[in-house]
Amino acid sequence: MTAAVAFVAGVLFGAGLLLSRMTNPANVIAFLDVNGAWRPALALTMVGAIAVALPAFTIVRARGASLLGRAVAAIDRTRIDWPLLVGSAVFGIGWGLSGICPGPGLVLLTSADPRAFVFIGSVAVGAYAAALVPSVKNRG
Amino acid sequence: MGETIPLGHSLAGGALIGAGAAVLLLLDGQIAGVSGIFNRILHRTFGDQLWRIAFLAGLFLPALALGVGIIDWQAPPWQLAVAGVLVGFGTRLGSGCTSGHGVCGIANLSLRSLVATVTFIAIGILTVELTHWGSHA
Repeated sequence: MTAAVAFVAGVLFGAGLLLSRMTNPANVIAFLDVNGAWRPALALTMVGAIAVALPAFTIVRARGASLLGRAVAAIDRTRIDWPLLVGSAVFGIGWGLSGICPGPGLVLLTSADPRAFVFIGSVAVGAYAAALVPSVKNRG
Repeated sequence: MGETIPLGHSLAGGALIGAGAAVLLLLDGQIAGVSGIFNRILHRTFGDQLWRIAFLAGLFLPALALGVGIIDWQAPPWQLAVAGVLVGFGTRLGSGCTSGHGVCGIANLSLRSLVATVTFIAIGILTVELTHWGSHA
């Protein structure tokens, strides 16, 4: 059941990435290129996604559980620390250098283009490297 | 640069992404953060991996069925390799990416995710401006 739900969720998510054209790195770079030929389309995509997800998060946060009664652990929503800031900044550099974040990057694997495999293989290397940082290691 | 995307596609695409996140949370009680899902599959120490693998299988399906469409690669392979390492390192250290912080975290009214999202968008903008330095007329 949980896997079937996750599969459906993945299909919706993947369809959204395709329809919004986030899978084309040029569209992401065009969103970030505010001083050039800026295209704000990705901001609309974010607004659409947040608008639909917000009620679900509000319901589950209030219940402390999913609709099926599965307990959902409270997530820290306030702690601003160095791993968060440095990690997000490092991610921003990689995102700006490539125009690819993890979701679209994985979807690009379906093109069978070797560049997609170079990117995702490198993401894995970076993730393993981050696990060596003490604050990440202690987090588990 | 970039495709001309109809406004409706941008919004509806976002709504589909949000719907995926909502379904996963409402029924499975899980967060649709792609970097977190990918990392936990890589590390294999977190148990209960089946839903994560199912989510990724679903993520691939629309592109496998319909094709991924136009891909204008913005960087040579060496730069994609450097960028990938930074994306993997940064999202693991910072506990999330565009989906986990940018969509789910902000939808959860998380200050932490808002700060993360503002940070990676601002640094992403700065990075693009620096790499495009001199190429703008």
